[in-house]
Amino acid sequence: MSSKKLNLTLKVWRQAGPDAKGEFKTYYAKNISTDASFLEMLDIVNEELEAKGEEPIVYEHDCREGICGTCGMVINGRPHGPLQGITTCQLHMRHFKDGDVIYIEPFRAKAFPVIKDLVVDRSAFDKIIQAGGFISVNTGSAPEANSIPVKRENAELAMDAAACIGCGACVAACPNASAMLFVSAKVSQFALLPQGLPEREIRVQKMVAKMDELGFGNCSNIGACEAECPKEIKITNIARLNREFYRARFLSNVED
Amino acid sequence: MALESKIPSGPIQEKWTNHKFNLKLVSPANKRKFEIIVVGTGLAGASAAASLAELGYNVTVLTFHDSPRRAHSIAAQGGINAAKNYPNDGDSIYRLFYDTLKGGDYRAREANVYRLAEVSNNIIDQCVAQGVPFAREYGGLLDNRSFGGAQLSRTFYARGQTGQQLLLGAYSALSRQVGLGKIKLYTRREMLGLVVIDGMARGVVARNLITGELERYSGHAVVLATGGYSRVFYLSTNAMNCNATAIWRAHKKGAFFGNPCFTQIHPTCLPLHHDQQSKLTLMSESLRNDGRVWVPKQKGDKRPPNQIPESERDYYLERIYPAYGNLTPRDIASRAAKRMCDEGYGVGETGQAVYLDFSDAIQRLGRKVIEERYGNLFQMYEMITGDNPYEVPMKIYPAPHYTMGGLWVDYNLMSTIPGLYVIGEANFSDHGANRLGASALMQGLADGYFILPYTIGDYLASQKFIPVKTDHEEFVKEENAQRDLIKRLKSINGKRTVDDIHRELGRIMWNYVGMSRNAEGLQKAIQMIREIREEFWRNVKIPGNDMDLNQTLERAGRLADFLELGELMAIDALHRNESCGGHFREEYQTEDGEAKRDDENYAYVAAWEFKDVGDWVLHKEPLVFEYVKPSTRSYK
Repeated sequence: MSSKKLNLTLKVWRQAGPDAKGEFKTYYAKNISTDASFLEMLDIVNEELEAKGEEPIVYEHDCREGICGTCGMVINGRPHGPLQGITTCQLHMRHFKDGDVIYIEPFRAKAFPVIKDLVVDRSAFDKIIQAGGFISVNTGSAPEANSIPVKRENAELAMDAAACIGCGACVAACPNASAMLFVSAKVSQFALLPQGLPEREIRVQKMVAKMDELGFGNCSNIGACEAECPKEIKITNIARLNREFYRARFLSNVED
Repeated sequence: MALESKIPSGPIQEKWTNHKFNLKLVSPANKRKFEIIVVGTGLAGASAAASLAELGYNVTVLTFHDSPRRAHSIAAQGGINAAKNYPNDGDSIYRLFYDTLKGGDYRAREANVYRLAEVSNNIIDQCVAQGVPFAREYGGLLDNRSFGGAQLSRTFYARGQTGQQLLLGAYSALSRQVGLGKIKLYTRREMLGLVVIDGMARGVVARNLITGELERYSGHAVVLATGGYSRVFYLSTNAMNCNATAIWRAHKKGAFFGNPCFTQIHPTCLPLHHDQQSKLTLMSESLRNDGRVWVPKQKGDKRPPNQIPESERDYYLERIYPAYGNLTPRDIASRAAKRMCDEGYGVGETGQAVYLDFSDAIQRLGRKVIEERYGNLFQMYEMITGDNPYEVPMKIYPAPHYTMGGLWVDYNLMSTIPGLYVIGEANFSDHGANRLGASALMQGLADGYFILPYTIGDYLASQKFIPVKTDHEEFVKEENAQRDLIKRLKSINGKRTVDDIHRELGRIMWNYVGMSRNAEGLQKAIQMIREIREEFWRNVKIPGNDMDLNQTLERAGRLADFLELGELMAIDALHRNESCGGHFREEYQTEDGEAKRDDENYAYVAAWEFKDVGDWVLHKEPLVFEYVKPSTRSYK
């Protein structure tokens, strides 16, 4: 692919701190290669700001390969930008045109408060996992790996769900700021595997209770989460979560 | 100070078992009286923290990420080795040990490597029990594939996301202990200084990356699991925030640095394709199971790959190394690619790339099978390059990927500072001069799940600890030192950006301390690194406030450390007058350009003691080979 150069106008959300008032500020990204990634474009803008002694735009990123889940911003109204099935760091500038105006904002959700500029606090996801997103097995107590056969189809479905990178785009995309896709991915992974069955009922109840407690909204089957998920986690997982939850409520001995 | 490797005596098969019996134990009731600080939450850190908490220790975990799940282990793609021998192709613990030792070009300890192979099977059991969705056969049992440097299939995998799945397993175990209150988790904290009291590691000073405040954490032992230092090259496959700061600051407090020049340049990465690039992307080595590497037979052939007929292609790995073909180990495959490009056979706009071609495999197995095996990798490739690898061969080139070197540790994984343990990529231990594919995940989890939890108990049980609180004068001193350093960085107020200087350091490292090195270049590099280091301290510019989320300041602190570490890497590479594994000295090669090892003079671990910036003292730990006689490594 031959590369071209782009000149772009950026409208970027700047917010000094959690309680500060934020606003869009205008920046110009000049001479950007179409081969550059979206984040490399931001790096160039930031380096120019730094050279001038101005504070660069603060945003999070790490692996730049679409797997760590650190990056995430709303680009022209869509979490992770205009393409399906990718993270912000995988977005490349060849998908933009010379002269484009690009709006860049943080993920917005009550449970993800803004820390600074485009950085939000997603520790609520960790808290949900800490509440029950695991199989309780101490190191050293595992049986021989092949003593637990797993139906291949289930292993594949579990892997589809386990592909979640915990970026939070599902929450940012949802008008209710619901975390159902995230929670359902973890609940599904373990519900589909024999190893997950001993804690099947207690897990789903604890995770859902924690999710509600942390201020995430309810699911009203809009489907924006699935559309924006960079790992294309399917909404059928939410259906499974609902089944698992009702099943647990009927079957479980756990007190509320 | 003499280096004591503490390798147990006895036959290699019994060393670890006997050693475990001889280690002192901490009784269950006493474990809760000990506080252990773990820095880093990758495979090694998360697995160690979880396992220690399960045993009953109180664990404090620090990570600079917003969540423990972000650590760079997550990006490992291809798989994890174990000697299960499920495919019935003749694998055994001894063979995994042998392959790993040979793959490392006989520059690792036999006893460590044997232990690694020995616990490899337990790791798979543990991960399966945690719900890691490994690939399976239709009968429901686990599937394996092959990796470089092995003639059998021993690699377990979860699509192209094995690192992610293993890390999420360890992360879930860690999260469980956070929920149970046995682990206190502090995210967005970067360790800046190690606190040593009466010669023992007793705590750390970390910066709260949100508020900028310096915080003190005290404990009875400190475990560093902070990864490797490939970002010294600026462009590497490492995540943008990977850094050497924790291990470097510990090094400056007395922990020796082992084999700093042993760095791995991975053969299958995306070539540099524009001048604004921030990092390089790895394409899993597993691709070499089905992809064939080639260049045109004609120098400077500019035809599109599909128009170059079969007879005019040079499948050079298959030609030169028929026994292993496209699955030769990484160091050898990388150098072969460089040689081809240096001789003018390279492809693409820059001539700094070779083809990795799947057309044969697609013809043989069908597109669907290839999609199942590598779908996400192909998608990743297309996303970055705009080319579709189902139709056009991938273009690849070697890139810095992993560092075998790291802080020196003994058999117990303890550094030269008592009470300071170093695990995973951060230590120097098991991979010698070259790491085989799918062995990093194995080592990280071996250290964290199955080795450190035993060895650290011996230390805790055998020391007399004076009570130490965070108001101890050494904590105050360390915090002040770190505050002064930050003030000093902020006060430079020069003209150049942090990244600008980092890129310059990276170019020096890549050109002179990269895939191929020589004495003259290394001497030049040492000089140039000193100059750029001075330039940094005179002319860097860091906007913003230090009592705030300030990413430029974070990067500046890390670069300051890379600027010192880079020099030590060059010094180490210059002193090692041989070629071995990833360390290739042009003066020491065979007639056909292969690495020429010097076992008579260099069969040792180079452990460097820090005296001052630019001033190190070399200590040698001889490597003794009782079981595998070092031979010329041949993959032909």
